[in-house]
Amino acid sequence: MVNWIWLFFIVASVVVAAITGKMDAVTQAAFDGAKSGVTVSFGLISIMVFWLGMMRIAEDAGLLQKLARMLGPIVRMLFPDVPRNHPAIGYIMSNLSANLFGLGNAATPMGIKAMQELQKLNPDPATATPAMCTLLALNTSSITIIPTTLIAIRMNYGSANPAEIIGTTLAATFIATGAAILADRWYRRKSPPPNITNSLPRQPGIKSATPAAGGEPVV
Amino acid sequence: MYNLFTNLSAWMIPAIIVFIPLYAALRRKVPVYETFVEGAKDGFGTAINIIPHLVGMMVAISMFRSSGALELMLSAVRPLFDWAGIPSEVLPLGILRPLTGAGSLAFTTDLIQTYGPDSMIGRIASTIQGSTDTTLYVLTVYFGAIGIRRTRYALKVGLFSDMVGFLAAIFICLYIFG
Repeated sequence: MVNWIWLFFIVASVVVAAITGKMDAVTQAAFDGAKSGVTVSFGLISIMVFWLGMMRIAEDAGLLQKLARMLGPIVRMLFPDVPRNHPAIGYIMSNLSANLFGLGNAATPMGIKAMQELQKLNPDPATATPAMCTLLALNTSSITIIPTTLIAIRMNYGSANPAEIIGTTLAATFIATGAAILADRWYRRKSPPPNITNSLPRQPGIKSATPAAGGEPVV
Repeated sequence: MYNLFTNLSAWMIPAIIVFIPLYAALRRKVPVYETFVEGAKDGFGTAINIIPHLVGMMVAISMFRSSGALELMLSAVRPLFDWAGIPSEVLPLGILRPLTGAGSLAFTTDLIQTYGPDSMIGRIASTIQGSTDTTLYVLTVYFGAIGIRRTRYALKVGLFSDMVGFLAAIFICLYIFG
């Protein structure tokens, strides 16, 4: 699907530009886009380096495992195919909590680290596993308790009550996340990965494999 | 309420930064600085891995916006919004939000500036902007970092939840503030 969307964007842009005579602007936009892709990636370097260092300390100190145990039941329900003591669970938890508290620049490194841990359980490194799709779904709909950026902007433009959107935002984000989880569940059931070794024991219709074959021993 | 939360947010990061190494050093005798450096090493490579993915995606999005194709797509959906009684000024956000974080934030700011933060349009725009994340960016960065090429149904799920969130934000605002 990504392939088609990407192709659609590029082809549609050039076709429309040809009709409206904006070809120069589109050429310029292509290179501006490339430049901002690099700029954003470079901006990620500093926060990735910092938070991955911090999280390694947390991992070695056993803090991530603690966090994983505390909120285990919810995560086990959402990620039935990740072994319960796998380090991925700890990173998933830190990613979700960072999102919840609006710590955007901490959430991304932790999410990526969680993906890297999930990748270790992946029999086919080029294809996303159901667990990866679930983590992504939770992140794209990101539950945030306080939308701080928006409140600041509203304050700037002289709102009488800048924080009045907290309630509506919370309601909308809950509905969006609920929809993401439901859609994820539905697709999980509809298109089981053919060759996964650590299977989903609770789901009917998938006959393959021994549960918990993957995964690493945990401290 | 808001002040409580902003204070909480301001304290959260420093609290985490102090607590993790302190706990590790005192309770578990972890060599904190060396461990930090060891873990931090992975950060650079990971960020660099993302570059090709992000460049590819941002080129396409940037072209799509500047060519006027986005505007064309919007004008096709606009009558539907007018018919449902939804202010169609917020419509571009529905398409911008999943594509570009910076772009949709700029658009939201513009709406707030033009119509005022306490107008219905301003409130709806704020709610939309705050309630979901930039799906395409999250997908590109998270999957790009680990080299996933076949994303299976992940994008469909993300876009579906964006659409639900977008409509939910509109109707909740119309109901609460209407």
